[in-house]
Amino acid sequence: MKILTIRIWRPSIIGTALILSIPILTIALSVFENPGENWQHLKDTVLPEYIGNSMLLACGVGIGTLLIGVATAWLTAMCQFPGKNLFIWLLLLPMAMPAYIVAYTYTGMFDFAGPVQTMIRDWTGWSYRDYYFPQIRSLGGAITMLSLVLYPYVYLLGRSTFLEQSVRVMEVSRTLNCGPWTVFYKVALPLARPAIVAGLSLALMETLADYGTVSFFGLGVFTTGIFRTWYGLGDYNSAAKMASLLLFFVFLLIMMERISRKKAKYHNISGKITSFSEYNLHGFKAWGAFAVCSIPVLLGFFLPATQLLLWAFETWSDMVNDSFLELVRNSFFLGLGAALISVILALFFGYGMRIMPGKATIISIRTASIGYAIPGTVIAVGVIIPFAWLDLRFDAFMKSSLGISSGLIFSGTLIAVMFAYVVRFLAISLQSVESGLDKIKPSMDEAARSLGCRARDTLIKIHIPLLKSSTLTALMIVFVDVMKELPATLILRPFDFNTLAVRAFELASDERLADSSSAALTIVFVGLLPVIYLSKTISHSRLDQGKTKI
Amino acid sequence: MKRLEVKKLDFAYGRNQILFEFDFSLEEGQIGCLLGPSGCGKTTALRAIAGFEIPTKGEIILNGKKLNSSKLFVEPEKRQIGMVFQDIALFPHLSVEENIQFGIRLLPKSLRYERSNELLDLVGMSQFKKKYSHELSGGQQQRIALARAMAPKPSLLLMDEPLSSLDEELREQLAREIRIILQQEKISAILVTHDQNEAFAVGDHISVMHQGRVQQNDSAYNLYHHPLNRFVAEFIGEGTLLTGLISSNDTISTDLGDIKFNLTEAFQLQEKVDLLIRPENVILSHDNENKAIITARYFRGSSYLYNLKTSRGTELLCLLHDSEVLNINQLIGVRLQIDRPVIFRCP
Repeated sequence: MKILTIRIWRPSIIGTALILSIPILTIALSVFENPGENWQHLKDTVLPEYIGNSMLLACGVGIGTLLIGVATAWLTAMCQFPGKNLFIWLLLLPMAMPAYIVAYTYTGMFDFAGPVQTMIRDWTGWSYRDYYFPQIRSLGGAITMLSLVLYPYVYLLGRSTFLEQSVRVMEVSRTLNCGPWTVFYKVALPLARPAIVAGLSLALMETLADYGTVSFFGLGVFTTGIFRTWYGLGDYNSAAKMASLLLFFVFLLIMMERISRKKAKYHNISGKITSFSEYNLHGFKAWGAFAVCSIPVLLGFFLPATQLLLWAFETWSDMVNDSFLELVRNSFFLGLGAALISVILALFFGYGMRIMPGKATIISIRTASIGYAIPGTVIAVGVIIPFAWLDLRFDAFMKSSLGISSGLIFSGTLIAVMFAYVVRFLAISLQSVESGLDKIKPSMDEAARSLGCRARDTLIKIHIPLLKSSTLTALMIVFVDVMKELPATLILRPFDFNTLAVRAFELASDERLADSSSAALTIVFVGLLPVIYLSKTISHSRLDQGKTKI
Repeated sequence: MKRLEVKKLDFAYGRNQILFEFDFSLEEGQIGCLLGPSGCGKTTALRAIAGFEIPTKGEIILNGKKLNSSKLFVEPEKRQIGMVFQDIALFPHLSVEENIQFGIRLLPKSLRYERSNELLDLVGMSQFKKKYSHELSGGQQQRIALARAMAPKPSLLLMDEPLSSLDEELREQLAREIRIILQQEKISAILVTHDQNEAFAVGDHISVMHQGRVQQNDSAYNLYHHPLNRFVAEFIGEGTLLTGLISSNDTISTDLGDIKFNLTEAFQLQEKVDLLIRPENVILSHDNENKAIITARYFRGSSYLYNLKTSRGTELLCLLHDSEVLNINQLIGVRLQIDRPVIFRCP
């Protein structure tokens, strides 16, 4: 029985994992290929700008997310001030906002023709060039937009470390005469550093993956560069080579994240979570804390959401029509399809690793699920190259054997889109399913078997009920991420096929900001689902802190 | 007929051999223990009996039926062997009652409830039947796990360190309870533990294991008073080894005087041997010419345990009633009183 499972399971797991690794391997291997005819020209002209801008963007977003994330994490974990319990989950809300939607909402509000500058001119009587107003469509603007929606990564990981890991040591340092600032700098921050760095690397991965914001602002960075080379120059080889360069930077981030997470484990020095005697803030300190926490929530969620609502109120009667419903349908079915496929694959891989934790199985699954760190643009290029090759071969075969042309079966259809989604989002579903499987201790399987259950009964009676919630979570998160996904859909979608994200982006790019709001708002609403779920889990884990089992 | 017979069982993970010719047997209604330090192979032996590990050699026979051979392997779910796990492993999505009924789910409803109620009574948990595992304490969870494993009336019950996750006081109490419960249900069982007090409290006979081999299979009394080798002597109870010389056919000369013994094994004259000295073999009195100094003192409730060192550097342990308290660094006379000496050849 065991031998049979190994014979069938292992090759099929490794085979599936290899297929899912094709896009990443294609891009990684393109480093060794001869570059396209434009490569030298790109290298001499725009490439340094792309690299420079990407680095500047990453540095800026890094600083921005660290400042907002660490400050809010510390305040909500360690201090008591008005509204604190509300902020714990309010601070997560910007996660529901895709950066490109925030970007064009802010552009609409703060551009020369936007309500803010118009108001300033009306009040003061100034005209163009009479006053200085920061340019939203700039590198600084992009850094601000991305920091506003990506800081929750740092906030989440930082806060949970502040809460769970260093409580005991912090209490010790308080007994050793350390004031709040000294405790923060000398003890809490160094202890939380690995977790914060892990959160930072996630935020930076998203920054490097962003296409919507930078493209809308007209910035030359890696993702927009790959797009321009692909569509503008039609030079696929050079686009792939540029993607491989971006991949290199992403790998650095993955390493950074992995190493930090490992360290974070060792830094977990307190076994039991006990409630920390919080710093009670009064007077201007309390209002300062209130301001620090409310500004990111206001700017990252409520301000853009209000603007979107106002626009939607103006335009919905024109925009919400049959074609809009079709967009909703398309997004819904793509999301559901991708979510189902990636959860089924995650279950398949999760069980594979549980039953046969061999090196080959684990390495192949880890490679296949690296996609979440890889920008959608890179995955799209990595999907289209092998799919186009497959189409060409298949077409030639059909022509020679049957005399008919098969056309583009793989690269020009939803198969490519779906495949890219699964590659990109498999990691999320796998993570969720794995955490579910972790809860089912091997001894539970053995207990069931010693009570007369066969493998199939154990699956039905023990595993499925216990895995239900983590599987549903995985379905929801993948579904929402697919709804928000932009660059891969833009590159891979069949002709004349649109999703909510693509349509919102297209309308915004055509300066029809108000018209795009219905689609954008729908995405934000759906995006709120996992945020609500996350905030619920956080409050549950806080409740658990008080419980001590006898 | 024996309930269980395990004959010359070998087991290896790849090249790492865990069990060497493991032998074990159990009469009907008996409770056996596998006792040994961690990593000695006791849990592997238990898992092989349950069918979760496939032995490389040897036979397991339950109720006269072979469970394994080169061509045959009875799957764990068909062995009628119940198991209680170290990490308890109650199903978190099922209530206490549903957990107990899990193994008897094919019985008619009335019988199912009758059995689960009977077991809930037996383990004293009737009022908790609608609770879930996270609402119970560790000791309560383990009682339910025991009831769940006993529900299908297994031919044999295996318990893998069932008490190790509990605190000490509860452990002793539950160990005694388990013995009573198993005897009431007339269940043959094997307990795996690293805690000798637990083994003594539960087991009818105990197999001491070390490095994958059974060192001695015996009653608790014999393990303590007649250990067959150095490992058992050192692992069970407290004591020290005193080196001596065979000076005649029935005498061993030591630093602390001559010890008489019955020659059970042919020792040669002038051969160096080690003698096992238990704390109760050491008698303290002021008028003894052999003196020792008290180096440490430990309170043991009704008595004190003393560490002693003789002028020649020999270390001894001694147990003394707490009505008489000696001080550290105090010099005192010692003599040995040994009826049946335990002697090992020096390596």
